[in-house]
Amino acid sequence: MPNMNTRRKRVEVFAQGNEAIAEGALLAGCSFFGGYPITPSTEIMEVMSQRLPPSEDGVFIQMEDEIASMGAIIGASLAGRKAMTATSGPGFSLMQEHIGYACMVEAPLVVVNVMRGGPSTGLPTSPAQGDVQMARWGTHGDHSIIVLSASTVQECLEMTVVAFNMAEKYRTPVILLVDEVTAHTREKITIPYRDELEILSRVTPTVPPEWFKPFAEATRAVPAMAPIGSGYRIHVTGLTHDQMGFPTSRPDEVNEAMKRMFRKIDQFYGDIMMVDEFMTDDAEVAVLAYGSVARSARYAVEQARARGVKAGLLTLKTLFPFPRPAVEKLCRRCKHVLVPEMNMGQISREVKRVNNGYTRVRTLNRVDGQIITPSEILKAIL
Amino acid sequence: MADVTQLIHEYLRHNKKFPHVFCPGCGHGIVLGSLIRSVHALQLPKDDVVVVAGIGCSGRMAVYVDFNTVHTTHGRALTFATGIKMANPRLKVICVMGDGDALSIGGNHLIHAARRNIGVTALVLNNMIYGMTGGQCSPATPQGNTSMTTPHGSLEQPFDAVELVSAAGANYVARGTSFHANMLDRLITDAIQHPGFSMVEALSPCPTQYGRKNKFRDAVSMYEWLKKNTVKLENRKEDDTRIPIGVFRALDRPGLEDRYAELKASLRAKGRA
Ligand SMILES: Cc1ncc(C[n+]2csc(CCOP(=O)(O)OP(=O)(O)O)c2C)c(N)n1
Ligand code: SF4
Repeated sequence: MPNMNTRRKRVEVFAQGNEAIAEGALLAGCSFFGGYPITPSTEIMEVMSQRLPPSEDGVFIQMEDEIASMGAIIGASLAGRKAMTATSGPGFSLMQEHIGYACMVEAPLVVVNVMRGGPSTGLPTSPAQGDVQMARWGTHGDHSIIVLSASTVQECLEMTVVAFNMAEKYRTPVILLVDEVTAHTREKITIPYRDELEILSRVTPTVPPEWFKPFAEATRAVPAMAPIGSGYRIHVTGLTHDQMGFPTSRPDEVNEAMKRMFRKIDQFYGDIMMVDEFMTDDAEVAVLAYGSVARSARYAVEQARARGVKAGLLTLKTLFPFPRPAVEKLCRRCKHVLVPEMNMGQISREVKRVNNGYTRVRTLNRVDGQIITPSEILKAIL
Repeated sequence: MADVTQLIHEYLRHNKKFPHVFCPGCGHGIVLGSLIRSVHALQLPKDDVVVVAGIGCSGRMAVYVDFNTVHTTHGRALTFATGIKMANPRLKVICVMGDGDALSIGGNHLIHAARRNIGVTALVLNNMIYGMTGGQCSPATPQGNTSMTTPHGSLEQPFDAVELVSAAGANYVARGTSFHANMLDRLITDAIQHPGFSMVEALSPCPTQYGRKNKFRDAVSMYEWLKKNTVKLENRKEDDTRIPIGVFRALDRPGLEDRYAELKASLRAKGRA
């Protein structure tokens, strides 16, 4: 992330998570935002409505609903833009058909979901982490996808940049999951200069249009992408398609297309899976957490250490593909691992899958719209 | 005939996905012809044309025409079209939808695209039935008619797409039919040229599903019905109960993308950039 060797004085601001996400998106080169307001994500959209119209080629559009918002950003992405939308639970539900479409046509884009209590309209202004499995499996059909999370305001900015980079690199929708606490917490953040950041953009074709196969196997299994209107004249469809982009149901072509779409993400687990380790080197008890819970957990781990307990924290920044190697390592070594989360156990389910009998996986769940405090976690560690 | 062959070669992806799915006698093929002739008449470069289609028999058109084509989800074509147009206003964006697509699942998007007056041309192929899914009732099925899901006759009143889209605020609103092919050519050409949101509703027979269910002998009798039961706006008398066809509205207000460009320019001028 930001290169610390720079000599310029960086801009420091007091910002909220949602504002930091908007800032990160702009830094990453997002020039198209389509959305529909919903608490607790709305501020992202409000900032974009301010910032995009005066910018170089920025487009902001408030759509009639979340289905339309997703449709609009997919259209914009196909036309060559870096595009984003932001929403919360009920809106995220509405977006699912189009998230599947984006996976199928390999449209790079970013969907931010600031989670609120659910199901249904649930708890609009209370924190929750109930959309984790939905972010992975919300659509119909089989596909891979990338789901990221952020636990501090600074990370909101940084992970949004990562989300755009991964979307462009792997030609896939990337979901950024944030919880209400992180989204609405205000703290001091540093805004990096754009040239300090590594900003990736999709690969565009270099061959003449007659030679171009829009969905063919290419480097990293990610096909080059020609923006609509650039002279490559392609067909894009949500139907399973052949390498030229035309519908097919021939088993060999279907199989190849599906396997490639999985492969383009599966073979880069090392690049995609991001975790933060805190005092895990000699940990006997590991806490696995993400989002605002990771901050409570960090404090709890410090407290536990002060009392002589060898505790450590693994913060998951990538939720899917699930960071198996890092989690497995701790499961193999620790006396027990603890997974606190503001749901009934959506990530602990993954941890148990990975654990495979190595250790005891303990859970700490809250679904009452309240945050999980450091003392609760500390109690569970001791 | 030679002209037609030439157009086919120029505008259809002849080496791709043929034979097509349209049944013999289906009105959709005629609308497709009109669309191609309109683009040809306007001499639009193929690379600047984007055809965005929904899901249904009508939506298949996107596979056949050699433009930039996007075959989207059922009912949502206009949302994709809006994103494409705002991302690159230079493009001519044409949205092809069935009556189920445009008026049922996508009804909300239709009225909002009209209200926004986004510079997209919507072609609504109204066969008064769901063709692709096998002949169920649509929001354009006439009251009393039978379908797979209204075996006892439909109780509901159909939408009038022209009135709906006019009321919602579109610049250009017209209705034609697959029987009046020359007129349809003119309407579509007109619509594409018009700024802002334009809609052409094309009454387009579905002999396979609608015709069969509603006692039409064959495809020809459906075209005869269209001829008998429609009237050009200019010939219409006050007590005429036939379906009016023609141009209902043609305003020149700027499209959303133009208003947006103006906003950008004024923010620049004020030094807000
Ligand atoms: C979300 C969703 N619901 C339902 C369908 C199934 N479906 C496919 S086409 C269609 C209706 C097609 O009718 P219309 O839009 O009038 O087009 P036509 O086939 O008559 O040209 C439906 C309901 C779908 N593809 N997606
Ligand atoms: S089912 Fe009807 S609408 Fe579909 S292709 Fe056949 S005739 Fe045309």
